[in-house]
Amino acid sequence: MAMVASPGKRIRNRLAIAAVLVVTLIFLAPIYWIGSTAFKPRDQATSVPPTVFFTPETTAFVKLFTKRVQLRQPVEPETYAAAPWWEQRIFDGGERVLRVKGEVQLSAYPSRFMNSLIVAITSTVLAVGMGTLTAYGFSRFRVPAENDWLFFILSTRMLPPVVVAIPMFLMYRAIGLTDSHLGLIILYTAFNLSFSVWLMKGFMDEIPKEYEEAALVDGYTRMQAFWKIVLPEAVTGIAATAVFCFIIAWNEYAFALIMTNRRAQTAPPFIPAQVGSGLTDWTTIAAGTFLFLLPVAIFTFALRHHLLRGVTFGAIRK
Amino acid sequence: MLARLDTRSRAAAQGWSDLAIRNAFIIPTIAFLIIFNVFPLIYSLGYSFTDFRASVSEPARFVGLRNYRELLSDPNVWRNFTVTAKYVIVSVTGQVVVGFGLAMLLNRTFPMKGFVTTLLLLPMMMSMAVVGLFWKLLYDPSWGPINYALGLGSFDWLSNPNHALYAVAITDIWMWAPFVMLLSLAGLSAVPQHLYEAAAIDRASGWYSFTRITLPLVAPILLIAIIFRTMEAFKTFDLAYIMSGQPTTETISIRLYKMAFQEWQTGRSSALAYIVLIVVVAITNIYVKYLNKVKER
Repeated sequence: MAMVASPGKRIRNRLAIAAVLVVTLIFLAPIYWIGSTAFKPRDQATSVPPTVFFTPETTAFVKLFTKRVQLRQPVEPETYAAAPWWEQRIFDGGERVLRVKGEVQLSAYPSRFMNSLIVAITSTVLAVGMGTLTAYGFSRFRVPAENDWLFFILSTRMLPPVVVAIPMFLMYRAIGLTDSHLGLIILYTAFNLSFSVWLMKGFMDEIPKEYEEAALVDGYTRMQAFWKIVLPEAVTGIAATAVFCFIIAWNEYAFALIMTNRRAQTAPPFIPAQVGSGLTDWTTIAAGTFLFLLPVAIFTFALRHHLLRGVTFGAIRK
Repeated sequence: MLARLDTRSRAAAQGWSDLAIRNAFIIPTIAFLIIFNVFPLIYSLGYSFTDFRASVSEPARFVGLRNYRELLSDPNVWRNFTVTAKYVIVSVTGQVVVGFGLAMLLNRTFPMKGFVTTLLLLPMMMSMAVVGLFWKLLYDPSWGPINYALGLGSFDWLSNPNHALYAVAITDIWMWAPFVMLLSLAGLSAVPQHLYEAAAIDRASGWYSFTRITLPLVAPILLIAIIFRTMEAFKTFDLAYIMSGQPTTETISIRLYKMAFQEWQTGRSSALAYIVLIVVVAITNIYVKYLNKVKER
């Protein structure tokens, strides 16, 4: 029975949608502020009243990637004219790019960003690879005390990072894994493994058993059926799980703060550490944050149909 | 025909038994988790009965239950637990109110609904540490856009010990209300429309159909959101640590971090870690129980 919407109901509907749009704008405001600060001239980043409209510039990004020193005296006009556009932006700010033997010196940011990429990608591959196999095992075979094992696996995900970090730090120190990529990769793999098992189990349970049974009748071994029939069916699930694991590892802060300080430090502990005492250049920090948040924002849209499943460990599906 | 038979028998001969596949697929994961999660915890259980300090080379001395006894009678530790409890209550309540409210508003069809919903979910996908840092800028008393937009003058959000906890909780609500919204939305969309139609025919008030139809049907999934957020808020570290150095925002995880990695009281912090762990395992147990209940429906 279709209800004919009364005028009152229609107005309420419109009001609700208007409210949704207002709330959405409020929710996005902090993210807009990060993004816009990255493109603001430095003096407009912390101006009173706050600057909303401005001419965007890329100076902050140039600063983000380079090591700079204060100019003692104004730069010669010829040098200024001969410099590439990005170096002119630095001169404009009263600084010059630090060069050693003519080579532009990079700031710490690119290496921290690379560390984040290395650690997040490697731990994701390991966690999703092992998680997919384990999920298949739990989904298709009789496992003694199955629910207890699954609870055990999930409970490792719930451990507070600081609690795990205390003994891990001592162990890593003993075997020389502090401040190393491998050390973080192991921690993130363990952290994501339980998540990936639970999520993948949900996806595996959805693949009809009949597919494999048909393959077995056709003379495939169980292993061939898994590789050639089940895995291709599970590709969407594997991709969604991988993106989730990547985001979790990418965002992780506590382990990285405790276990790394220079060589293997990732972006999350690095970015806040730049805020020192005195004058903080928020535009440069915002530029670094902007590049750091960008992949996550893109992935969120790519994942939009799997978000519910992801945040509930595969328990609730749409 | 012969060739096909041949491959079949060879495949069968090479094929693993189901039992072998099961073990090969499951055991590495379990072993990995035992080595890198259970084993370290056993290790730190041992340390929790000693006065070990990782910063000095003196060997650990066994002190029995002294760490536990002293921690549980330390008013500062109880203050940390009180701060954590307050934080959990404020931020989870806020998340449920805002998140469920948003879900009620979103539970209708309109153009670009999927896009708007995804935009709303962006905060929860982002790094708490990095985004929390920028909330410090937003909250700045002299030039922060929040005070300007709300006309609060130079209202002190983070450096006033009485406000700091609420300021951090507001950021947490901003990040995680979308989580509650996402789960509530799933619950709301599963409520059969004909129940509302029947209620309308009976001229039931909007409040009546909300409390008698909507709430009971959404309750189980809402409860999952609440338990999960409670657990996460209880463990909270990143946001409060980045945003504020106030003693009024020193949650138990922050205390644990400072005790272990700034004061280097390794033995005592291992004991505190175990106290925290017991609470977390208890909440996890409740969570999984409800998760399985909802799954079965």
